[in-house]
Amino acid sequence: MELLNAFILLSNFVLVPAIAYGSQLALGALGVTLIYGILRFSNFAHGDTMAFGAMVTILFTWWFQSMGISIDPLPTALLALPFGILCCIGFVLATDRIVYRFYRRQKAAPVIFLIASMGVMFVTNGIVRFIIGPNDQQFADGERFIVKARTFKQMTGLEEGLSFKVSQGITVVTAILVVIALFWFLNRTRTGKSMRAYSDNEDLALLSGINPDKVVMVAWIIAATLATIAGTLYGLDKSFKPFTYLQLLLPIFAAAIVGGLGSPIGAIAGGFVIAFSEIMVTYAYKKFIAYLVPESWEPDTLVQLLSTDYKFAVSFMILLLVLLFRPTGIFAGKSV
Amino acid sequence: MIVTLLGLACFALLVVSLTPRLVGMAPLPDRIRNVSLFAIMALLITIVGLIQSWNVALALLNLCLISSIMALGVNIQWGYAGLLNVGIMGFAALGGVAAVLISADPVADAWAAGALGIFVSFILAVVTVMAAIYTYRNIAPSMARNLALFAIIVIGLVVIRYFYGPARDAIEDVNPASEGYLGGLGLPIILAWPVGGVFAGLAAWVIGKTALGLRSDYLAIATLGIAEIIVAIIKHEDWLTRGVKNVSGLPRPVPYEIDLQQSQWFVDLATRLGQDPALSSSVFVKLCYAILFAIVLLAVLWLSERALNSPWGRMMRAIRDNEVSANAMGKDVVARHLQVFVLGSIVVGIAGAMLTTLDGQLTPGAYQPLRFTFLIWVMVILGGSGNNWGAVLGGFVVWFFWIQAEPIGSWLMETITSGMAEDNALRIHLLNSTAHMRLMTMGIILLLVLRFSPRGLIPEK
Repeated sequence: MELLNAFILLSNFVLVPAIAYGSQLALGALGVTLIYGILRFSNFAHGDTMAFGAMVTILFTWWFQSMGISIDPLPTALLALPFGILCCIGFVLATDRIVYRFYRRQKAAPVIFLIASMGVMFVTNGIVRFIIGPNDQQFADGERFIVKARTFKQMTGLEEGLSFKVSQGITVVTAILVVIALFWFLNRTRTGKSMRAYSDNEDLALLSGINPDKVVMVAWIIAATLATIAGTLYGLDKSFKPFTYLQLLLPIFAAAIVGGLGSPIGAIAGGFVIAFSEIMVTYAYKKFIAYLVPESWEPDTLVQLLSTDYKFAVSFMILLLVLLFRPTGIFAGKSV
Repeated sequence: MIVTLLGLACFALLVVSLTPRLVGMAPLPDRIRNVSLFAIMALLITIVGLIQSWNVALALLNLCLISSIMALGVNIQWGYAGLLNVGIMGFAALGGVAAVLISADPVADAWAAGALGIFVSFILAVVTVMAAIYTYRNIAPSMARNLALFAIIVIGLVVIRYFYGPARDAIEDVNPASEGYLGGLGLPIILAWPVGGVFAGLAAWVIGKTALGLRSDYLAIATLGIAEIIVAIIKHEDWLTRGVKNVSGLPRPVPYEIDLQQSQWFVDLATRLGQDPALSSSVFVKLCYAILFAIVLLAVLWLSERALNSPWGRMMRAIRDNEVSANAMGKDVVARHLQVFVLGSIVVGIAGAMLTTLDGQLTPGAYQPLRFTFLIWVMVILGGSGNNWGAVLGGFVVWFFWIQAEPIGSWLMETITSGMAEDNALRIHLLNSTAHMRLMTMGIILLLVLRFSPRGLIPEK
């Protein structure tokens, strides 16, 4: 019984949040890695693209809410998501047309792309703050919990409760569906295969008649879709604030690099590695240990390895370790 | 109104010098263009002094000087060597920490309460890292080694927290409303400037050691990370920097206004010049700062120019332009990159310490990446990457417009929305959002310069 309680406690505070957070990071990292694979630069604007997509989704959500449209018990944001994705695709394609295409034609160094993406980040950030303001926005509605901690306790008779939020459930389900769709697209369709070919060897791909403009366009469309989904899910799960998306950039990059830049499977694995380490290292294990050991051994400190203020430090440490020992990442990405 | 006209006039001049062919003019000769650009800048600040007040103009000048030094530091990294530092904020923040640690008065009770515990945990941290490195180097790769490494780190963390936690709590309990931290050494704050440089240099060395020599984006991402962490530490380690409670009242390297107003010679001087002593005392203080900052700026500029025109500078440019051939010529690319990365970060650290000196307080919440990292980048790109004079000019121009964009922006919004009703929701929203226009403007400037005039205002020779 004690053992079960300990396990439930850990599930409630580590396992479930980490899976949800990991899914969000994985979706973000997939976008970064895809752009890296096709356009060969680290897109610093990705965090703000997520914020932009999420913002449009929120605006549509509010509109739907004001008209009384809802899909209770699911949040209205799901209904608004496709519109958010469409607007975000339009926005990203516009930035590509206005900013990046010029450098692509020039065959500019990746570093120039990176700086340009910083400029795009600036502008996107400005637009988002301009439209929706810099403050926290709540847009979650519908049912809040799939399983409430108290109901779980009553059901099982355990001391510890397990709560499972709707937003977490939606995050995980959506992430799985999106990843399946993405891999099906990359591995089974003609366009997807041409994208992989282009990513592996640009010259050979061009030689075999693949249209680079189309590949780039599809890459941006997918990246924008993933970014909007990731941004909206993150906003549903926590809350929407433009600045937090800027800060998400670090764990997302860490996830993409840990997995190996350019490798989609790596991005997913990396997202979960980062999320689990972040949450496991900053969790206070006092109560967990108390269940497992005799009462007299019970620790009197929190048994927390690192305070939650430093969760960014965790992704950074992992990033440094990977850079030191395996610079190409777990799933050997590409190098420039 | 005048400010707007001014802004437009300068904007036109900037465009002319950035892309002469676009407006159908022959490019100006280098020397004339450079001198006139700096002259325009001086004129702009003078006009602000005449229209708004000399206090405002000098405050602007001081921050322009500091921004220029930061831009010089980034130019050393990016312009000389093509290294992308996206963590300028962190290095500047380290300079700020140095200002506190050097100049704040020591808190004796806090030292007695917890300094030993902090010291012990620091030693333990060093021991843990050493043990981990020793294990990694001296045991053959195996599962056992990885487990040992893991055990060393976890045990190390637990033991460190055992000493560190109580010490931290003890320090933070000492008079928390006004102290609750260890304080500094109580030395003159000028000393903090070189120390800030050393702090930043050490951080840069650690980052450079891991991320240089790999693909170019890694350095950018690693610096992005270290900056976030440094600022997180400053915000949350209250025993060190009081966190978000801020350390205020740092000593000054220049006289205080109140002392000036009470000293006879100053009052006499002010009366002889026909000025109000209260007003002129604050102008005098700002002028003193400006002189100090100008000395540092000129020193850094002189050193950078000497370095750039020396064989070392030629080697750096050779490496930047073609790493492979420079390597083939026997140049150690990674070592040179590390060197130049540390040097540039030192300059940024010095500027960070100067900024905290000017503010007289350390406000960790003020370290925002957009303000500290990306704004400096715009300065370097706009000024002309690779050219020290360009970086200095970029620092002046960008900071000037960053400050003046607010009145220009609100004027613009007033004009655009003047046709709408007073209580129009859109109008209110637009007027409230003008503050965010600055970000967008800077982003647009960065993109425009990068595309249409990638060599900047004063191009590299």
